[in-house]
Amino acid sequence: MTCDEAEILIHALIDGELDAGHAREVEAHVAQCPRCAAALAAYRQMSQAIASADLRYSAPQSLRLRVEAALPKAAPAAAPAPSRRAILRGFALGSGVSAIAATGLFAIMLRNDDQERINSEIVSAHLRSLQAGHLTDVLSTDQHTVKPWFNGRLDVAPPVIDLTAQGFTLIGGRLDYVDARPIGAVVYKRRAHVINLFVAQTSNTARREARTETLQGFNIRTWSERGLNFWAISDIGADELAEFSEKFEAAARTNTEG
Amino acid sequence: MQSGRWVAAGRTAAFSETAGQKAMPVTSLDNDPNKARRFRELTLPHLDDVYTLARYLLRDASDAEDAVQECYLRALKHFDTYRGPAIKPWLFAILRNVCRAEYARRAAAPAAIIDDTAETAEQAPLWHETEETPEAQILREHDASAIRRLIDTLAEPFRETFVLREINDLSYREIADAVGAPVGTVMSRLARARAMLRSAWMAEQEPEK
Repeated sequence: MTCDEAEILIHALIDGELDAGHAREVEAHVAQCPRCAAALAAYRQMSQAIASADLRYSAPQSLRLRVEAALPKAAPAAAPAPSRRAILRGFALGSGVSAIAATGLFAIMLRNDDQERINSEIVSAHLRSLQAGHLTDVLSTDQHTVKPWFNGRLDVAPPVIDLTAQGFTLIGGRLDYVDARPIGAVVYKRRAHVINLFVAQTSNTARREARTETLQGFNIRTWSERGLNFWAISDIGADELAEFSEKFEAAARTNTEG
Repeated sequence: MQSGRWVAAGRTAAFSETAGQKAMPVTSLDNDPNKARRFRELTLPHLDDVYTLARYLLRDASDAEDAVQECYLRALKHFDTYRGPAIKPWLFAILRNVCRAEYARRAAAPAAIIDDTAETAEQAPLWHETEETPEAQILREHDASAIRRLIDTLAEPFRETFVLREINDLSYREIADAVGAPVGTVMSRLARARAMLRSAWMAEQEPEK
């Protein structure tokens, strides 16, 4: 590989866009070319600084109302009986109905049997992930490697937050299936225990307080925040799992507000 | 900053191909509330994303708001042509077209425009303050507005590709769809954009003594 090629391809490497073969080629070139190695390091550093600064803008409320007013009225959601897929609607559509939910036109109710069924699927997914070689699709303790990996694989990239300093080590990410839909899983370790954090977009932007349930010996902590549903599952104690979700939320808030 | 650049009415008319229809049913979608609901469900969650891109493309808050509204109206009008799967690149492609029209309008009305961005675009960044403490440098490193200023100095196609990747989190394929260019072009634009930013970045990190 020449430097000219590498000059372009190191960006694809940083962005997680290269297949394994090409990634190895670029890495091999970088290993023996100090100039390209320096460039790669500098671009990585830059990407991380950009990712950690919040560069997005929030649409002003006035604009939100203007746009909503300009669109034709939506039909209310089909009848009260909530679709069994309601909780996972976002997977298929890549969307929620945040704005409508916010206007209070309708709220998606979750039936308990839906939650139980999803919880048991979460347990199955967790168990599957513990089998040899199933835990991670992308193995990295660097949140800026794990997060881009999800781009293009899911409509909603799950927030990937390194909690090593808080005692939960990020070890990678994985694409999983729950309720027959693709779902992002971010994998952490606490001592020898694996924590799978499943993240799905929800059609309801209301904040839902975290609560812990126990199923087949696993603790599952679920909460909703910023239009996402979270399921953290592990065999660690309920108090430690609660600590995990609190640390995660605290870090997530700093990320979005900082 | 941009005050007095335009008369409000002129701006709306220039922006909006649907300006005259606002009070009327926009499309036959009104007869199909389910489709309207689907449109809302699909597109409204991305309002912040669309607005973010508009801000970076137009570099003006009030123009960005107008462009976003026009983008949603056009998207609704052409919703039948949406074939999925990802809605964001489709919305962004529409927003781009809205912004193109705005660029053309800005170019056609030079007298009314005091374009302070065009001049600075070609210049080196202005923040070479000397005698900074390391702490101040660290602060600056993480100052979102400083990074935004750097991004704003990039020329348009590079800024667009860069923002779609780094801030809107699109994959290369999705960027290619949104800007209607081959993936190879996306890759070279991104490499150029980052190279330009890197120079500006270095200039900022190592102020001249």
